[in-house]
Amino acid sequence: MKQITHHLPEWLIRSYAAGSLGHAFSLVVATHVSQCDECRARLEAEETAGGVVLEGLEVVDTSEDLRARVFDGLDEDVAPEPPAPRRKGIYPGALVAEMGSDQPRWRSLGGGIRQAILSEDKQGSARLLYIPPGMAVPDHTHGGLELTLVLQGSFHDETGEFGVGDVEVAEDDLDHTPTAGIGEACICLAATDAPLKFKGIVPRLLQPMFRI
Amino acid sequence: MIETLTIGAETKMPLPQGLRPGYAGKSMNDRSASSEQISQGCEQTDWLVAVRDARDKAAFGRLYDHFTPRLKGMLIRSGMSGAAAEDVVQDVMLTIWRKAHLYDEGRARASAWIYRIARNRQIDVIRRRPRPVPDEMIVEAESREAHDADAMVSLEQEAEQLREALATLPQSQRDIIERAYVGELTQVEIREATGLALGTIKSRIRLALEKLRHELKDLRDE
Repeated sequence: MKQITHHLPEWLIRSYAAGSLGHAFSLVVATHVSQCDECRARLEAEETAGGVVLEGLEVVDTSEDLRARVFDGLDEDVAPEPPAPRRKGIYPGALVAEMGSDQPRWRSLGGGIRQAILSEDKQGSARLLYIPPGMAVPDHTHGGLELTLVLQGSFHDETGEFGVGDVEVAEDDLDHTPTAGIGEACICLAATDAPLKFKGIVPRLLQPMFRI
Repeated sequence: MIETLTIGAETKMPLPQGLRPGYAGKSMNDRSASSEQISQGCEQTDWLVAVRDARDKAAFGRLYDHFTPRLKGMLIRSGMSGAAAEDVVQDVMLTIWRKAHLYDEGRARASAWIYRIARNRQIDVIRRRPRPVPDEMIVEAESREAHDADAMVSLEQEAEQLREALATLPQSQRDIIERAYVGELTQVEIREATGLALGTIKSRIRLALEKLRHELKDLRDE
């Protein structure tokens, strides 16, 4: 397993464990944890804490009907669930589930850059980005927080180097120019907690600046 | 929880864990009058193991009695109606029964495993789409059995220490933490509010899980 140097911040893991994280960011957490033992341990620690809190909660009344439904269900024959989607190449199971296939449905943004939108809702959006080797993604702002997780290749920007498994946490005030590493195209999962700004981002992506 | 833990907090000096004697394992019986639920950490895991290994319905009944009223309370506090919460609890309890063979006591306490199942199910239902979950780690059954006993003991001890550490926090911080894990806080609130409250205990959780991580890594490398 490659050395991962940029991990998930604690509050994100905690929010995921508690079920308080939107779908797009949850996808980033699940994808990162799939390839990072350290953050898996941190997530399990959060769930341990959640379990400790759960054990100590005050009890509320439950219905007799619930008990009957559960105990009647114990002896029922249930068709086995379909197995969870498995990792395919660079895409962990959570992404395979999201794509609904082994490969993203790429759409060109010009300049060799491609994207595949995975999800969009009120709490944010997630997409895959394909950036050719050495290509820069122009300066962009992103109302809100943006998480970028590398699946293949690498990129660097003003804040550092990001390789496979690394996740960049960019606050909305970060003005950065991510540039793909040389050699291999960079494929990453990008999520924001703001709706996609098609009007803002797409035209800029259509005028890529080449900085190698 | 709060009442019970408040008693503990007010009658104990908040000493650092390493300096406090006699907290290892199930040592909290000195609070027996009000600590029924917090002295059961190991028992719950035993029940779940009995369900897994012997399909023991009596043990399942104990898990049901302990967790059902608390799961329902948690789900209501995170925004579900009582009826919707019971539907999720039903699914959670049946999942526990049907997927018990996947439970690994060396990696999770019963309550942590159940907490995760409940969150997965709750979010699947609320969002009407599957919650993204990490790939399972593949650990060979044989190596799993070899490491489980030790790992389980250290996990239980650490969880007890975590509980103790929570008990020594000031009430306001304890409330925040409970609300965070119950699901009453937004991600923004969790970011702003819980870091400080958990600061004193997080290193403790991390130490335990670091150890676990190394054990798992060893298994995988074998």
